[in-house]
Amino acid sequence: MDEGLRSELSKQGVFTTTLEELYNWGRKNSVWPLQFGLACCAIEMIATTMARYDLARFGAEVFRPSPRQADLMIVAGTVTKKMAPQVVRLYNQMPEPKYVIAMGACAISGGPFKQGYNVLKGIDRYIPVDVHIPGCPPRPEALIHAFMTLQNKIAGQDLTGPNRPRHLDSAAPSEFPVPQLGEHDVVPPSNRALWTPEVITR
Amino acid sequence: MPMESLEQIKARAEAAIAGVCLTIVQNESPCAQHSLLVDGGHALQLAEFLRDDPALRLDFCSNVTGVDWPEKVEKVKTKVKKIVDGVEKEIEETTEKRSGGYLEVVYHLYSMSQKQGPVVVRLRTGNRADQANLPSLTPVWRSCEFQEREIYDLYGVIFDGHPDLRRILMWDGFKDHPMRRDYVEPDDYEYEPTPHDDVLDKAKAHYPSPPSAN
Repeated sequence: MDEGLRSELSKQGVFTTTLEELYNWGRKNSVWPLQFGLACCAIEMIATTMARYDLARFGAEVFRPSPRQADLMIVAGTVTKKMAPQVVRLYNQMPEPKYVIAMGACAISGGPFKQGYNVLKGIDRYIPVDVHIPGCPPRPEALIHAFMTLQNKIAGQDLTGPNRPRHLDSAAPSEFPVPQLGEHDVVPPSNRALWTPEVITR
Repeated sequence: MPMESLEQIKARAEAAIAGVCLTIVQNESPCAQHSLLVDGGHALQLAEFLRDDPALRLDFCSNVTGVDWPEKVEKVKTKVKKIVDGVEKEIEETTEKRSGGYLEVVYHLYSMSQKQGPVVVRLRTGNRADQANLPSLTPVWRSCEFQEREIYDLYGVIFDGHPDLRRILMWDGFKDHPMRRDYVEPDDYEYEPTPHDDVLDKAKAHYPSPPSAN
């Protein structure tokens, strides 16, 4: 519908919308996060939900204790290699549509532990991440900004066509392989269908 | 009343425990916190002595830690005067000095009832491979349990008599001991914007090979 006509109609008291907008408006304002934290970023996540920052303003007040009831996974904290299979399994147990926010330096890249032997160098090696937030830890404002970015992303998704979200595309995967804990490292070290390492240049 | 010196403790322990082999390991740093090295065979008896002795009453083990001492060969040059062909000459001799080649476990003991401590006790394994066994002191101080599990996990010291010796930080199927000096970590280097020190060495190993001259 033409934006100008729509604006004129609304001035006359006629509200017009599309099914797509209505559907996405409903979805983006009731994103329920999964209640789980991995390290210090989780403390900031908790602070974001409390009265001062009040994530409930964005329709995310209900942190669900079960992945079956959650729409959003906030990976808040260091993902150790030992914890990685459990994080991927929790993600697989969430119903579509589902989204991931990687919160903090550790969740996006391994952070200060990147060169260690026991920390995953970013959760995007195993599950698709929608929004990355840098920071160590990110302030609640940063998490709210990430949340609003995610809302904009949801609002911009088409219901049909090649850009439709994963849950409306029967060919797209909704589960991702859970890595195994091997004798020296997690196997495989990354899901190459999702993520390819950056080419190292001198 | 101040706590007795380490020499006094050593003398009394040697009198109380038959056949115990105790050595005082000097700490050269300004803190001068010397420690008591005990042989593995008598460690449990020494622990019980330190805990039950009425003057010491070291009833609390605050910290257990591991140290890896890989085998090290140092060449020491010494000048020796020798008579060669009837003429006295100064000749440099090199001798090899071997040290290390064992794993060490350090216990820090305090007394809650006597308000004294710490007494530092060290145990050394026979070597770093097949003789990495030491007696567990968990039966004496319960607080050693998780820390001995951690040392088993990260250094590979096997504690005999430990009630539940499993890995605590790494997963069960893990084979290596990451805190050992010769641990080789998985080769999973990724791009780093400003590598330096050890990371720079890792980065160099992963740089693409330079294009050939022609």
